[in-house]
Amino acid sequence: MKNLVLAGVLSIFLAACGTSVPLTDVPVADATAKEVGADAGAAGSGVQSGGVAPVDLGASPDQVFGSNESRVVYFDYDSFVIRPEFQSLIAEHARYLRAQPARRVALEGHTDERGGREYNLALGQKRAEAVRNALSILGVSSGQMEAVSFGKEKPAVAGTDETAFAKNRRVEIRYP
Amino acid sequence: MKFFTLPRLSDVFRFFGFGLMLLATVPAFAQFRIEVSGVGLTQVPVVIAPFKGQEALPQKISEIIKADLERSGQFRVIASPAGVFDESSRPELSSLRQSGADAFASGSATKLADGRFDVRFRLWDVVKGQDLGGRSFAVNASDLRLAAHRVADDIYEKLTGDKGVFSTRIAYVTKAGQRYQLWVADADGENAQSALASPEPIISPAWSPDGNQLAYVSFESRKPVVYVHNVGTGKRRLIANFKGSNSAPAWSPDGATLALTLSRDGGSQLFLLPTAGGEPRRLMQSSSIDTEPVFSPDGQHIYFVSDRGGSPQIYRVAANGQGAQRITFTGAYNISPAISQDGRWLAYISRVNGAFKLHLMNLAEGTVTAMTDTAADESPSFSPNGKMLVYATQQQGREALMTSTLDGKVKARLSGQQGDIREPHWGPFFK
Repeated sequence: MKNLVLAGVLSIFLAACGTSVPLTDVPVADATAKEVGADAGAAGSGVQSGGVAPVDLGASPDQVFGSNESRVVYFDYDSFVIRPEFQSLIAEHARYLRAQPARRVALEGHTDERGGREYNLALGQKRAEAVRNALSILGVSSGQMEAVSFGKEKPAVAGTDETAFAKNRRVEIRYP
Repeated sequence: MKFFTLPRLSDVFRFFGFGLMLLATVPAFAQFRIEVSGVGLTQVPVVIAPFKGQEALPQKISEIIKADLERSGQFRVIASPAGVFDESSRPELSSLRQSGADAFASGSATKLADGRFDVRFRLWDVVKGQDLGGRSFAVNASDLRLAAHRVADDIYEKLTGDKGVFSTRIAYVTKAGQRYQLWVADADGENAQSALASPEPIISPAWSPDGNQLAYVSFESRKPVVYVHNVGTGKRRLIANFKGSNSAPAWSPDGATLALTLSRDGGSQLFLLPTAGGEPRRLMQSSSIDTEPVFSPDGQHIYFVSDRGGSPQIYRVAANGQGAQRITFTGAYNISPAISQDGRWLAYISRVNGAFKLHLMNLAEGTVTAMTDTAADESPSFSPNGKMLVYATQQQGREALMTSTLDGKVKARLSGQQGDIREPHWGPFFK
């Protein structure tokens, strides 16, 4: 299914704190040529008469979230709380997923290397589910999301100091 | 020193059907470093004479037997007197007594016309001057190690009264670069055979009670799912691939049920799943992490790890999910429970001052002993006779597998593998 994203509204949305924007403001509509024409001609649709309504058919997740920083949420030691600095990152993914309801996403939890493999798997799961729940609150359908864990099996960086550990306590947001 | 004189074992050859299941063998000699610590060890002084005919073999039968017996912690090997002995030799008991030996074993390995080898032995009670009997095994060349382990099992049983575990198998996982492998090896770590190779992690292998199958967690589909794998045929069955993570499989003693951790309904929760296939049944409902289930040997209880009290601790619940009670109270991080076959001992990993250490609890008395001087112990598992443990640890920054006696006084590093080695699980006696 194709989608239309109204980029102007989106940019305002981007500037706002994600959680403060009512979910009903989601600026998404079907991207059919007919609807674009209808929108363009309709008064009060949010586009000024005589203006140009930009149409964006959407981007691949790699284009939107190309950098590692845009798809990894890091956690404090023994914590499952999403730190405030990652709220906007999660909000961007929520917007993308709401705009593309056919798109699926895997939330992959990880821990640092300390402790048992199975218990760390459960801890990583808890982190993955924390991100899933945050996306859910922002309106992403649960059918789009799967929270899984790699425990301590797939560290992002090698090393046995806190710098390495901090890089490994994470949830990777991955689009299959 | 007590000897148990058992009736002669004449018809115990059935197990070879299983022993021949896996054939490929790389000749190798046991390379053990056995650490003995502490005082007050009660060890049977024993002589194992070189087996007649073993010079011509890739496997030195008597060396394998000696290493087995020493690793068990229950024997002290004394040098053999000069001379050639086999199963029909009558040793000079007086000089053996003078050397301090309580028992003497000798035997032979002879090539048969069909290419197999006939391995025979006889055991003597040196103190009583009594013939304790012997046995013979006809094996393929690839099973000479197994024959030696069988001899060691017999000697162990005749001298201690407990079944030997040297011919049982241990599963473990190695990681070399980005290649993960699940191995099945002899109980001394030798003769390892690859059951599975994967570019993605493999964890938590668990032997079925009949010793023919392994359940484990594989990440090959970019999430943890549980397979049941017949090690003889290589046939794999994907048994738990529910939404979310699937992990920590544990067999019920009758082999009919797997307990495991699923996150399909949110959170890490315990479920029971028929091994024949079917719907998982939730064991308990909690808002905490519940994981690492393991059945008690009578199947009546499940021990597991939960953070319901604020930190990970070991609990026990009836197999119907009722009456969960906490078992560990010392320390703020106790995980990875294992229960001995007699139900008397709980082995687990406890974090102490930032180090992860193997501990052993006497369940009747509640007393706890720290077992190791290492700092990254993982995944304890009991030998099927309940007299030894195998666990993973790190030595000089490298992963290693160790065996230990239950008093912690005799430890041996299992030989065999390059690279990282972890996740040991000691298999059952072959039925």
